[in-house]
Amino acid sequence: MIISELKPLPEILGYLDGDKKIFIVGCKGCAEVCQTGDEPQVLEMKQKLGQEGKTVTGYCVVDFLCDKALVKTRLFPHEDEIDAADSLLVMTCGIGVQATAAVVNKLVHPAANTINVGGSRGEWRGSERCRECGDCVLDLTGGICPLTACTKWLINGPCGGAKNGKCEVEPDVRDCGWHLIYERLKKLGRLDKMQTMPIVKNYAKMQPPKELRSTIMWALEQQETKV
Amino acid sequence: MSLREKLQNGKFVVTAEIGPAKGVDIHEFNENAELLKGRVDAVNCTDQQSAVMRLGSLVACHLLNQKGVEPVFQMTCRDRNRIALQSDLLSAYVMGVENVLCLTGDYVTLGDHPDAKPVFDLDSVSLLHAAQQLEQGKDLAGKELKGTPKFFLGACVTPGADPVEPQLIKMERKVKAGAQFFQTQAIYEPKTFEAFMKEAKKFGVPVLVGIVVLRSAAMAKFMNKNVAGIHVPDELIDEMDKAENKLQKGVEIAARLINEMKGMCQGTHIMAIGLESKVPAILDAAKL
Repeated sequence: MIISELKPLPEILGYLDGDKKIFIVGCKGCAEVCQTGDEPQVLEMKQKLGQEGKTVTGYCVVDFLCDKALVKTRLFPHEDEIDAADSLLVMTCGIGVQATAAVVNKLVHPAANTINVGGSRGEWRGSERCRECGDCVLDLTGGICPLTACTKWLINGPCGGAKNGKCEVEPDVRDCGWHLIYERLKKLGRLDKMQTMPIVKNYAKMQPPKELRSTIMWALEQQETKV
Repeated sequence: MSLREKLQNGKFVVTAEIGPAKGVDIHEFNENAELLKGRVDAVNCTDQQSAVMRLGSLVACHLLNQKGVEPVFQMTCRDRNRIALQSDLLSAYVMGVENVLCLTGDYVTLGDHPDAKPVFDLDSVSLLHAAQQLEQGKDLAGKELKGTPKFFLGACVTPGADPVEPQLIKMERKVKAGAQFFQTQAIYEPKTFEAFMKEAKKFGVPVLVGIVVLRSAAMAKFMNKNVAGIHVPDELIDEMDKAENKLQKGVEIAARLINEMKGMCQGTHIMAIGLESKVPAILDAAKL
């Protein structure tokens, strides 16, 4: 199970600055257990955003946001509401945010930080997508994670090594992560986001919380029985 | 006058680079340093260039200082975390090394120790930021320093990258993080460089155009195939191919490129890669 926690509301509002109409996406998978993205939290967020003067054009809680095909099917009936929105707020782990970004042509904002994957990655069948860094930057990178998509984990933009959009380290198998980020932000007209990345990454946040360290499976059980 | 003062006074500067020895025999390093002394304004010491383990860049800079050659300390983030990088910055200052070129560094698998664990705790931008923090009397953890260093901070940019826009976005981040000069990746097309400089001018930071001396047509073709951001046009490859004396032709082309681009920027950075002894000839040919 993937453990996530909601980001503080001011941080989320900072991401939504300039966007008036928002579509919210929740998750009935791990986010339900962590109470970060199930229907009650989505409705609470809808209310809070309303209080902040935002219009929520609609919302959708997907069974497993990490399953790209499922995300596509579930979001399809909400096409008009998504079209009407300036951006999407995704209330789940980093993988779910990226799965959503992969199927919509709008900026997606993460509402949560992914703290730990506890040994599994939900329904995600692709390559590694989330390093559980505890300080999600997907908002600033168009929903593509620089920690997993860039070989050198660069957070400040591309190195000079990419050729034809491919990473210099493994050009036969790997796209340049920052090329993907650049292309996506350019398409969305939000290249300004690249200038607002944090300059130094706090890697201490990559350590799962103390109570989960070394005893992850046990702690997960505790967490599940609490809910 | 130091490199910083020369650039501030608007002098067209020349820098060259030397790779420290793979081993402890520093004869060739010393010879190259003597050749460049008085001919260039500063000499870069590469930091485990191409991820190949060598003598350290900081020690090489110290050797240059002893010879009266102004060094540029190249620092990469591949092999050291933020604690070691900041410590080496302090060490550099104490040893009289003022110029620091902040780089991310090549990935370990491209070098001679592919089994190594890469670090990349910081990158080029956050390393510049760290150096700037030290100059303000604090380390990255916000702790006060006893005595503060003062650096002349440099960074790298690839004008020939395709697309070039993300390079320019990152260049702006580097300027904001403290970069006071740029040395560029090698460029063989003055038109591409001109277009780049049109955009880069707005940052108001001096740019030294990068020159890599050609050795043969094969080397040019190799770079076109394998080195990102470098494109040697067919005419130059032909010219190298037909030349009887390849080295002389390489020198001639380097001098010509410098002359074609010197009006567009504030200096040139010559990367001779093993042909350091040819740098004076290039400067003669370029009348510098």
